[in-house]
Amino acid sequence: MLAWTIYISFIGAAAMTLLPGSRPQMARVTALLAALGGLAIALLGILQHTPGGEISTITKLDWIPTLGITLHFAADGISLVLVLLTGIAAVCGILFSWNIEDRAKEFFAFYLALIGGVYGVFLSFDLFLLFVFYEIAIIPKYFLIAIWGSTNREYGAMKLALYSFIGSAMVLVGLIATYVVAGAHTFDLLELAKFPFPKTFQHWAFPLVFVGFAILAGLWPFHTWAPTGHVAAPTAASMLLAGVVMKLGAYGALRVAMTLFPLGLDAWRNVIAALAVIGIIYGALVALVQKDFKFVIGYSSVSHMGFVLLGMMTLSQIGLSGAVLQMFSHGIIAGLLFAVVGRMVYERAHTRELAALEGMHLSKVMPFAAVTFVIACVASMGLPGFSGFVAELQVIVGAWKTFPALAIVAGIGIVIGAAYTLRALMKSFFGDATGISSTSYDFKNENADALEHIPAITFPEKLGATILIVTTFVIGIYPQLLLNLIMPSFNSPLMQPLWKGGQP
Amino acid sequence: MNFNYAEIVKLILPETIVVITALAALLFDLAMMRGKTVHQRSSRLAALAGLGSVLAILCIWLTPSYGNLLNGMLVVDPLTQFVKQILLGLTIFTGIISIQTKFTPHVGEYFALLLLATVGMMFLVSSENLLMIFVALELISLSLYVMVAFKKESIQSAEAALKYFLFGGMSAAFTLFGLSLIYGLSGEIKLSAIAATIVGQGPDPLFLLALVMTLIGFGFKIAAAPFHLWAPDAYQGAPTPTASFIAAGSKVASFFILAKIVWIGFNGAGGSGAWHGFGSGWIPILATMATLSMVLGNLAAISQTSVKRLLAYSAIAHGGYALIAVITNHREAVSSLLYYVVTYAITVLGAFAVVTVVEHNTKGDKLSDFAGLSRRSPVLAGCMMIFMLSLAGIPPLAGFFGKFYVFADALRYGAKDLGLLWLVILAIGTSAISLYYYLQVLKQIYVAPSVDGGLKIDTAFPVQAAIVVLAGAVLLLGCLPNLLVGKLLAVLQRTGM
Repeated sequence: MLAWTIYISFIGAAAMTLLPGSRPQMARVTALLAALGGLAIALLGILQHTPGGEISTITKLDWIPTLGITLHFAADGISLVLVLLTGIAAVCGILFSWNIEDRAKEFFAFYLALIGGVYGVFLSFDLFLLFVFYEIAIIPKYFLIAIWGSTNREYGAMKLALYSFIGSAMVLVGLIATYVVAGAHTFDLLELAKFPFPKTFQHWAFPLVFVGFAILAGLWPFHTWAPTGHVAAPTAASMLLAGVVMKLGAYGALRVAMTLFPLGLDAWRNVIAALAVIGIIYGALVALVQKDFKFVIGYSSVSHMGFVLLGMMTLSQIGLSGAVLQMFSHGIIAGLLFAVVGRMVYERAHTRELAALEGMHLSKVMPFAAVTFVIACVASMGLPGFSGFVAELQVIVGAWKTFPALAIVAGIGIVIGAAYTLRALMKSFFGDATGISSTSYDFKNENADALEHIPAITFPEKLGATILIVTTFVIGIYPQLLLNLIMPSFNSPLMQPLWKGGQP
Repeated sequence: MNFNYAEIVKLILPETIVVITALAALLFDLAMMRGKTVHQRSSRLAALAGLGSVLAILCIWLTPSYGNLLNGMLVVDPLTQFVKQILLGLTIFTGIISIQTKFTPHVGEYFALLLLATVGMMFLVSSENLLMIFVALELISLSLYVMVAFKKESIQSAEAALKYFLFGGMSAAFTLFGLSLIYGLSGEIKLSAIAATIVGQGPDPLFLLALVMTLIGFGFKIAAAPFHLWAPDAYQGAPTPTASFIAAGSKVASFFILAKIVWIGFNGAGGSGAWHGFGSGWIPILATMATLSMVLGNLAAISQTSVKRLLAYSAIAHGGYALIAVITNHREAVSSLLYYVVTYAITVLGAFAVVTVVEHNTKGDKLSDFAGLSRRSPVLAGCMMIFMLSLAGIPPLAGFFGKFYVFADALRYGAKDLGLLWLVILAIGTSAISLYYYLQVLKQIYVAPSVDGGLKIDTAFPVQAAIVVLAGAVLLLGCLPNLLVGKLLAVLQRTGM
């Protein structure tokens, strides 16, 4: 049943090619229907999921028997949470790209192909299959950014594609070596996880596969694709990039690298935890000095993804559940932030320079956008009542037990996070025109007329923003909704090596 | 030596059909198509060539007869017959692509040479005898030299042909020198007999010299670095259908026979290419060639502005990947090698077909001539995207599984303890580089604004249909690799390998 999330996305993408190019409305509606279908199936799948530790198989068919490759779709709590996130992000992304007129059907075809690939990664339990979907997700990103993007789009798109591809090349080397070393003629994750790989092998295979995936999760110092890519991307694509694509990396690192190579994990754990914390601090500090509104959000993603990686390295139930919750929470909040910056502000004010925005009194011109952004900022800073708070708290608590020093530094990261968020909030929406420099003053005059005729926030935008706000609020108030899914899945045999500190 | 002429006639019936078709093409063009336009003549002759090839395929398919004649001179078994069917299929598509261009008024000769080169390939794959291999190689090469020179009004075509001819002549000299040394050492010209005499002998310097000479000769043939210098010029200068034939059909046949020579003829003289465990033999030589090809091909392709040159460098790089399958030196690797080269041939044929159409419309093959193709012809653009991404190795396309299969087999069977891992890492690493230049082509097609005011692309229907079929095959073989892998394994089983 859940596998239909994948099929429906690809069917939607294929259907786009048959639509007439002159009717963008048809393309939008078709895309929205496909995304809604995916979301509905994801919700149904969650309702049908029995709350236990087991991994429920959806489909298991022979695909390439010569190499023991199967078409194995399955789901546990972690995958379900991320599938739900993908469904929500997909629907909202389409709502926020309702104004795409130029080559609309191609846009939505690439968009749905990307979504299909993402669903596929979260549901695959055969490593070959997982890798196939992981790579399918690379190419649509390139075109979405290069064709419909903004600032420096061709550079950002190519950088993103090459970083992703180099990461997946590392993963591919690791996968083939794993397959050969295990010698079990299978790519099935559940089978391979039972195999005790030699220690020396794990010592090089773990960093290879982990970093290969974590490049996409924004692991410092391999994060540089993220800010440029996010900034260059059109709104819907940045929502997906930050919202779900970065999660692909974190999910792969957790699902493949950590479960297969516990001994390697043990050896490299401190290094990666340190890199994660550097990422938190570095991303936050760089976000603090950005001039471009969207770069602030781009670097904040690097910072927030550091919490995910740190949570994974704690190897405690609370830390890991915090990491998974942070994936979900960041997916929603980053989506909201990018929606405000990219769609509501940039496409109306035609600038993202904080200095220029300062003089525009956007809070008066677009009250809805201002309110949305205030809520998004509050959620992003990790205030209680929103999903980010629960997630980051769990990560810090988990890290406190294992890496007390790093936990304190990460805590400082949260404080800097509040600082850059408030700075961006003040400058963008509640700027005071009197205190600004002369260059932006000219800009203000130039734009004064344009701002009079600014188009109102449309219904699809309001709907999308509402969905995201309600989601982060509901999870913030009642995180058990997701934790009830996440926690039992830690009892599955797949996760056991993690709790035993690497000893089989 | 006594043998039965009836037996020979029966076994070479498919080849005979193709030869007769070649002669018929000459005759028809001369006798019945005076006063017709070039386009009409090439359409009809492509149909004739296609008909002859289909008849030959049917003949192989319906009357399977196997045998080994004249001491390995002619080996007809299920595997060689399967490869021949694929070669004939590639010839059919090359013929169809040729309809689009008007590079020569000598249409009859062109198609006759195309078919004769195909005959050469068919004899090449079904021989295990040094003399016969050499003769067949020369038949292919001579046909191809002329086919490269066919665009008479273009000076590049003449230059490319001369370069190809001179390099080809050199390579033939090397091959012949190597083969004669081998004959001198072993007193045999049959591959399995050569292997029997060299087994157990220590590393004989003269034999190693013979080995190096032979492999240099074949290195030219498959355009492996550092013997690749002719390829970019030949691909760029040649009429595009000829270039596609060199890249597709000739590649499949050359790799098949190279694998046969080293696996059967030099069986036991492989040495080892494992990291920390090099042993002298043909494996380290081929490993060096593979390494250079992958690095040089991929790096040089980055800076190309002509799509045909870019495809030439990409062909060099792909030659490097395919060599890894040869280096694996294990009977299991037969199917990965064949899967790889066959899917590569299909993909590159499709890519060249798109180049042919674009060249016909924009009068050039520069990257900028492809600008905005997605708006001028969405179907062609979509197919080109499939071909380029398959060459880059993006799933779920055939190019991805081909690479994956080759690398997995190299690690599984190539050497103990992941000995060939260094080569696989290098291959995967360089293929990550390759995405950059394939994306450059796609960037022009999808991102850049159209040239020529966005006029629709003019495509002959059969050419467009052929391109769509090839793209469909790349997608299908990538999604369901077992269609071809299963077939290959079944064929190998029947061959007794």
